[in-house]
Amino acid sequence: MDVDEGSSLDTIGDQSVPQHSRRCKAFHQFTQQSLPACKPVLTPKWVSSWRTTICEGLFLKMFFTVFGYLQVVEIVDRYDAECIPEAYKSNKMAYIKDNSIPKNCSQFLKVYKRMKAPIYIYYQLDNYYQNHRRYVKSKSEQQLLHGLGSNDTSSCKPQESNNGLPIVPCGLIAWSLFNDTFTFIRGKSELKVSRKNIAWKSDRDHKFGKHVYPFNFQNGTLIGGGKLEPSIPLSDQEDLIVWMRTAALPSFRKLYGRIEEDLDTDDVVVVKLMNNYNTYSFGGKKKLVLSTSSWLGGKNDFLGAAYVFAGSSCIFVSLVFLLLHTKIPGN
Amino acid sequence: MASGSSSSAAGRRNKAKIRWSKLYSFSCFRADVNNINGNTGTGGDNTSGPVPEHQHLLGRPGFSRVVFCNEPHLHKVKPFKYPKNYVCTTKYNVVTFLPKALFEQFRRVANLYFLLAAMLSVTSLAPFSPVSLIAPLVFVVGVSMIKEAVEDWHRFLQDLNVNSRTVQAHNGKGIYVNKAWKDLCAVLVSLITATGFALFLKYEMNDWWYLKLGDDDPSYKPSKPYISGFLQFIRALILYGYLIPISLYVSIEVVKVLQAMLINKDIELYDEVTCRSVQARTSNLNEELGQEMLNRWSFVWGDINEVDLEVSKRMNVNLEAYQFSLHQRSDSGESLERFEFSLADMGTEMEVLGGQKENLRISHVGKEYMTKGFNFRDDRLMYKEWITCRSNIFDVTMFFRVMALCHTGIPVEDDAGTDKFKYEAESPEEVAFLIASKEFGFQFYRRTQSTMFLKEFDYTTGKDVNREYKLLNLLEFSSSRKRMSVIVRNEDGQIFLLCKGADSIVFDRLADNGRSYQEATASHLSNYAEDGFRTLAFAYRRLEVEEYEHWNKIFTQAKTTIGLEREALLETASEMIEKDLILLGAVAVEDKLQKGVPECIDKLAQAGIKIWLLTGDKKETAINIGFACSLLRQDMNQFHLSLANESTANIDRLKAMTEDILHQLESFNKVMREERNKGSPLALVVDGKALEIALKNDVKDQFLQLAVNCASVICCRVSPKQKALITRSIKEYTGKTILAIGDGANDVGMIQEADIGVGISGMEGMQAVMASDFSLPQFRFLGRLLIIHGHWCYKRITKMILYFVYKNVAFGLTLFYYELYTSFSGEVLYDDWYMTLFNVLLTSLPVISLGVLEQDVSSEVCLQLYSLPTYIYSPAAFKEDGHVADLTHLGAITYTCIIWTVNCQIALIISHFTWIQHLFMWGSILLWYIFLFMYGALPPSYSQRGFRILVESLGLVPMYWLVTLLVVVVSLLPYFTHIAVQRLFYPMDDHVIQEMKYSGKDVVDDQMWQREQSNSKKMTQVGISARIDARIRYLKDNLHQKKASLYRSVSPIFRSLTSSPMFYF
Repeated sequence: MDVDEGSSLDTIGDQSVPQHSRRCKAFHQFTQQSLPACKPVLTPKWVSSWRTTICEGLFLKMFFTVFGYLQVVEIVDRYDAECIPEAYKSNKMAYIKDNSIPKNCSQFLKVYKRMKAPIYIYYQLDNYYQNHRRYVKSKSEQQLLHGLGSNDTSSCKPQESNNGLPIVPCGLIAWSLFNDTFTFIRGKSELKVSRKNIAWKSDRDHKFGKHVYPFNFQNGTLIGGGKLEPSIPLSDQEDLIVWMRTAALPSFRKLYGRIEEDLDTDDVVVVKLMNNYNTYSFGGKKKLVLSTSSWLGGKNDFLGAAYVFAGSSCIFVSLVFLLLHTKIPGN
Repeated sequence: MASGSSSSAAGRRNKAKIRWSKLYSFSCFRADVNNINGNTGTGGDNTSGPVPEHQHLLGRPGFSRVVFCNEPHLHKVKPFKYPKNYVCTTKYNVVTFLPKALFEQFRRVANLYFLLAAMLSVTSLAPFSPVSLIAPLVFVVGVSMIKEAVEDWHRFLQDLNVNSRTVQAHNGKGIYVNKAWKDLCAVLVSLITATGFALFLKYEMNDWWYLKLGDDDPSYKPSKPYISGFLQFIRALILYGYLIPISLYVSIEVVKVLQAMLINKDIELYDEVTCRSVQARTSNLNEELGQEMLNRWSFVWGDINEVDLEVSKRMNVNLEAYQFSLHQRSDSGESLERFEFSLADMGTEMEVLGGQKENLRISHVGKEYMTKGFNFRDDRLMYKEWITCRSNIFDVTMFFRVMALCHTGIPVEDDAGTDKFKYEAESPEEVAFLIASKEFGFQFYRRTQSTMFLKEFDYTTGKDVNREYKLLNLLEFSSSRKRMSVIVRNEDGQIFLLCKGADSIVFDRLADNGRSYQEATASHLSNYAEDGFRTLAFAYRRLEVEEYEHWNKIFTQAKTTIGLEREALLETASEMIEKDLILLGAVAVEDKLQKGVPECIDKLAQAGIKIWLLTGDKKETAINIGFACSLLRQDMNQFHLSLANESTANIDRLKAMTEDILHQLESFNKVMREERNKGSPLALVVDGKALEIALKNDVKDQFLQLAVNCASVICCRVSPKQKALITRSIKEYTGKTILAIGDGANDVGMIQEADIGVGISGMEGMQAVMASDFSLPQFRFLGRLLIIHGHWCYKRITKMILYFVYKNVAFGLTLFYYELYTSFSGEVLYDDWYMTLFNVLLTSLPVISLGVLEQDVSSEVCLQLYSLPTYIYSPAAFKEDGHVADLTHLGAITYTCIIWTVNCQIALIISHFTWIQHLFMWGSILLWYIFLFMYGALPPSYSQRGFRILVESLGLVPMYWLVTLLVVVVSLLPYFTHIAVQRLFYPMDDHVIQEMKYSGKDVVDDQMWQREQSNSKKMTQVGISARIDARIRYLKDNLHQKKASLYRSVSPIFRSLTSSPMFYF
């Protein structure tokens, strides 16, 4: 950085202000607008050096990012369409609404690359506007924490109360709780899946009450999604807690659990799932995702691509600059 | 005794109703004085005769008032009891402050919009909580109102200052008592009260643009598409309010106040003589100063003349200089000596014509001569030395006598009671002459009705003698006569006519034997005129007693005549006696402008600002001043627009005059078209009466068109009303920013009418200052004020607004992009508090530091619109332990990116970093993290979305930091490239200057520096530089001609040499 100490400007200040009072001097410099200042001038040297630094940084990060993401193994399987029996293919709604039809379904996943434990299990919903304003608002934080002690459930409309009592937990978000279930079988044995600690700790400890029980949940006429075990307090209903953290975008994943065994290449995992959740009415998609994690988290193609793009465009512009600068000297 | 008073203190409540035109055009009718006087006898209740319809309106604001001199008791009862002289320029008082100030605030469109949004936010429609809308509004309005209150308080203090001035009032019994200004009754306070208006009218700001985004119709209730669509629209209106920078107003206001403070504190604008500094009286116009610079085609209305004369009248600054040219015939009778006496530094030039060379002692080092108003130093004349080397001593004596006697001044004894005198006279030049003659040994010290007393230096005895001169007649000065004479009888009974006047007039009346110095004098006079001095020729005539007696009869008769022909009779009478004069010499008076005025005007002219001079002085003076400050030059083509014959306001005459003016304009236009190709500059000198016609509607356009095309315009003999009128006409005609500067009460109208009014303080009253937006102690500070502060303020404000828009658009667009993903349901990405803090705290301080401290760089912000974070966010886990990010995380990440980007962007915009900028910029970023941490530490019921967000998730996630860095780099890289490219390949002037300053090239590479300097100058035809340029051109031409002739005569010899380019200059 090129620094021009404004010392030449403040000659007046030096004379009229005694040296000992530095505060006074600073104030004088301020009022005379002659504070020492650094005035970066975009000289070619300065520009190119900065550019190089930035480019190097970007390249370094590009390398790390791409390297990090290459380690991540991710298996995505869409199951909502395949899990409908042939007979109901034309009338999905009848299938999903009829409780008498068994909803179980099996999917086969082939592991294309070795996956090290922990392998995270996500369910992914597409075209699901969990970020819609009315949806996001439709919950009562006070009730989640204090249960019936909090009476204000007006934000929960239309899932506000049942038989004069507030529904616990009230609101659309809870009402539409995701309720597909998955079990994983490799060969003969069932894979060990941990479903604990899938929610943020702060949510469990501070946002969902330890003594709040969902005693009248999903008792109404209109059944939305999953039901909750009335004997377990909300703070331990981790599926609910995960679900209640509304996603930012209409396509989102939520953590279901962790497989705590390694999966080898070419292993075939049989997923036994219960296809309960109704996404057919609004054309949503359901996907099952198995993914490992790197230091950067899961696979994120865009970030990698962004770094590649930024780094390369930076290099390109630098080259152009260099070329122009050598061609047009001086100035 | 009726006096036009446009308004009064009581008229304050009517301010809103009074229009500008009312203020200047005294459309009120004159009261019928006789009628009033009749009424007073009966206690105001008229019993005899009908009451005129307008009677009851008398004394009301806007109507004429009757004032009785020396009869204060008459003003104690009703019909003539007028409001006290209390001056009030404040906008509010304690009671009205809140409603009025609130009203002022919400008159602004933006504030009204936000008020509406805040009101709607209380309803369920609002996308975010009411507090996040109301808090910034309260903050913004609160700060603005505090600023208003502080400014008003200052005005109040100023009023208090004025009101408590003590004046001496006549109590009707011949005794003067001290009274406070506010306690006076029935004093004309029109102008002072009128100053209040400026504050009101200047106050309005432009309406800002505002952006509005419609919302198409995704609705919650498909059954009621119209209603839900409307509600969606309202919601969107509130949501995208963030595109409009709510804190723009308040930031601009804060910045302007700070800028004004910095202007006020500038030590270079501090005048040590008057102990005053510049005062920016309203802070709302700082950037207009710069606009003035930018527009390049606007006017400074320099009423400089007022300034000078004021100076000399008051004699408080040593500014006057005199030049004398005395021509003596030496004993030998053959040679003329020419002494040119002038300012000390120029005085070395001495030219002796003819052979005889006298050994003259000229020392310039001398003692500091401290007589104020006298700046003439020459040892040959001073200290009565003139006696030793003069051969024709009588003429010299007479010269000084003319100086000491031919005037209308009276001596006023100094307070100290010594023999030092102050003089008071009709015109400052008379005072100057009196002081000068005193210095030469002819002290005028007493005057009675018919006698003038002179302490004279007798050259025969070498002693001071008191002499008495009987003043027989005084032939007054008038602009048509252009001369003034006195007829005096000295103690010996000799009668002299002493005459001073314009050279042409005096020369015409010389006797045949009185022309011995004419030739030399004439040549000197033209030199002086060239230099911008006001010249007068002195002459005398010895009268025989009989001749005088005879003439006196005629003259007395003429004087006692009453009627229309009186003037003519007096004229012929004086013609009879003012003839056969003997020329003594000439005097040149320099209208010494205030220090630095010519330089200042030169600078402004070079900056491309057009300068007009409006003065109440007579034409000759105005022209002289024009020369003195180089508005006029000898080689300029001067157009004099004036009325040919004096005429009364008669309808036919009016028509004739209009036609006359039109005709003149036509011919000027013709000349101008011819001259334009030759490139010789044009000057227009307009006379007040002609101006009155020229500004009439039918002639106005032609007049202004001509005036605007002239290099300089001088209007003389203009009334205050006309000054305002011209200002308004020009403003309307050109649409440019206009600055008016003046010091007197007669400039008030002009100052108020202009876009920027500048008052010069410390000279004459406070009226001009009170009406102005800026007050300067000295004219010359205008240069610095305009060129440096104006430029800075302008750049700062523009940069600031640009950046403001940038940051709010950047922020608002993230909201908008997010809406795309929520099917336009109105969900907001950010926590309410993030929204609140964005404009108020996290991004406002750097902008203010930009607005206050930035020092010049020019660059455009190209808006980067980015939505990167949204794309970077993917459904995949973003943390190592497999957690996925949700709405809150995305909001915080995006917000972090915004804060970083916006603050880094300002770092690219700023070209002048002091520690304050650094503190604010990096401090803001730090503040955001601190806020996030603290907010997250609150219980979840308060922190909602932000609960433990930094400690638990974001802070531990490498991706968060990576994304921040990436976004900042990617969004700023294009702009960085843009400015780098611009700098390297298309540098602007200020870039080059910056770079040269940086590399120290301005010292080394003189040529380049000069090139830049000349680039920055605009072609101008006024100012010293232009004058010098013209001279140089002229001399060069002369040289070329001479060379050419020389060359022709010797061409055979030099023909071979001409091939070498060295030969030419």
